[in-house]
Amino acid sequence: MHGEPRDGRIVIVGASLTGLRAAEKLREEGFTGSLTLVGEEPQPPYDRPPLSKQVLLGKVPAGHTGLPQRRELDAQWKLGVRATGLDPIEKRVLLADGAEVPFDRLLIATGTRARRWPHPAEGALDGVFTLRTSDEARRLAERLDAGPRRVLVIGAGFTGSEIASACRERGLAVTVAERGPAPLVGALGGTLGALAAKLQRAHGVDLRCGVTVTALEGDGRLTGAQFSDGTRIDADIAVVALGAVRNTEWLVESGLAAGPRGVTCDAGCRAFDMYGIVTDDIFAAGDVARFPHPLFEYQLLSLEHWGNAVAQAEVAAHNMVNPGPRRRPHLTVPAFWSSQFGLNIKSVGVPTFSDQVVIAQGSLKDARLVAVYGYRGRVTAAVSVNQARSLEYYQRLIETAAPFPPAPGAADQIESPDPVPSDVPDPKLLSHGPTVALTGHLPDRRLTVVQPAR
Amino acid sequence: MNVVVDLNRCQGYAQCAFLAPEVFTMHGEESLLYHPVVPDGQLEQVRRAAVACPVQAIVMGEEAGAGAR
Repeated sequence: MHGEPRDGRIVIVGASLTGLRAAEKLREEGFTGSLTLVGEEPQPPYDRPPLSKQVLLGKVPAGHTGLPQRRELDAQWKLGVRATGLDPIEKRVLLADGAEVPFDRLLIATGTRARRWPHPAEGALDGVFTLRTSDEARRLAERLDAGPRRVLVIGAGFTGSEIASACRERGLAVTVAERGPAPLVGALGGTLGALAAKLQRAHGVDLRCGVTVTALEGDGRLTGAQFSDGTRIDADIAVVALGAVRNTEWLVESGLAAGPRGVTCDAGCRAFDMYGIVTDDIFAAGDVARFPHPLFEYQLLSLEHWGNAVAQAEVAAHNMVNPGPRRRPHLTVPAFWSSQFGLNIKSVGVPTFSDQVVIAQGSLKDARLVAVYGYRGRVTAAVSVNQARSLEYYQRLIETAAPFPPAPGAADQIESPDPVPSDVPDPKLLSHGPTVALTGHLPDRRLTVVQPAR
Repeated sequence: MNVVVDLNRCQGYAQCAFLAPEVFTMHGEESLLYHPVVPDGQLEQVRRAAVACPVQAIVMGEEAGAGAR
């Protein structure tokens, strides 16, 4: 490190929301050294949540979601160039154009990308899309403008459901194929999943749950799809909404604890090496980071939330320019929102960290409610549907580890007060397996070797 | 000038949709849609909306990295 922590060279790899907010925070905290942001996409930082909403609805052009900056950055931007490697000994980032960027401290904020359709030839058919970048949103919005006869959405998580909602709002015929028993079930569990299924069908979505798409058909251009239940449909467009892949491949030889689940770091955003030893000058934040959260039994969480990106970026930046005793933990209660089928869905806490759920306010019938999630007798999450103003109260219950089920509040209670199983998927079933393996037996021969993703 | 709304904070009070309806609109009962690029002539309205927001969820600023394109 060059002298004081407020001097020297900081490089941020990833020039989206996390990278931008970290850069702002570094300057705010008095960092006077050189600051470089490296971004794979040619555009400066832009906001992604509008892509599946305003942009797909045709209300805002895809190129018009640029993020405002809150202060002057005096930064060097290297946009349109991918980082391909990290040399932690010589302390430099390797770029796809052959350049090397030296650093004293590094922030890894490379985020995620959309998971592609597993069959490359089918995925290359004209009419098959993913939605993660501004460019992808622009192309998809153009095709929706052209009035396809039917859109197939593969995967009914939040992104897939929002895409289906935008299509229905445009009056387009939509089929949604979901492997699980209901939309959103992976994030919100069975009770709200059932509500989401009802809503999608009420809005005219041809929703097919418990099926997978076995083939995308076409000759150059997509014409239809086959399902695992033996049925098929005609479709002009298929949007693959099967979640995200973390951008960690460039770190594979870096010696960091980086793999398909993200870059593991401590609560202060310092990255671990693959032996589990914390590094001093390499930090991670945003969608790519995987960090322990004390409220959730110190489990390592990887969150793909807008709010987490902002909060974690600020903690990382603070810790990059402050000495040890002044460093802060990233303790924000996770929160996210989604807007679909006329409903505003907001979540605090971690709904998948639960064994039971109860409708604490409102009712499923009116699609206006707060569902509260509990784990072993304490409140761990709450999700509101068109009742956002109640959520803050439940956030405090989560923060204080309040008992579950929550005591009857002042609000109305129409649904049964008895909790039911939350029916969230067992995370073990979603596991990608260990990203490292141990070899050797003698203490000084014990080694960790990186296990490629299977 | 660009704008972003922290929709975790937003609670649908709709003050912004009232003060700068060309930029902020309610979509359904409590979801907010907005134009991230503030059109010329709307700056003052958006400024007022940002100040009036009861939960201070609206961030305004020059487009980030605009010189880097």
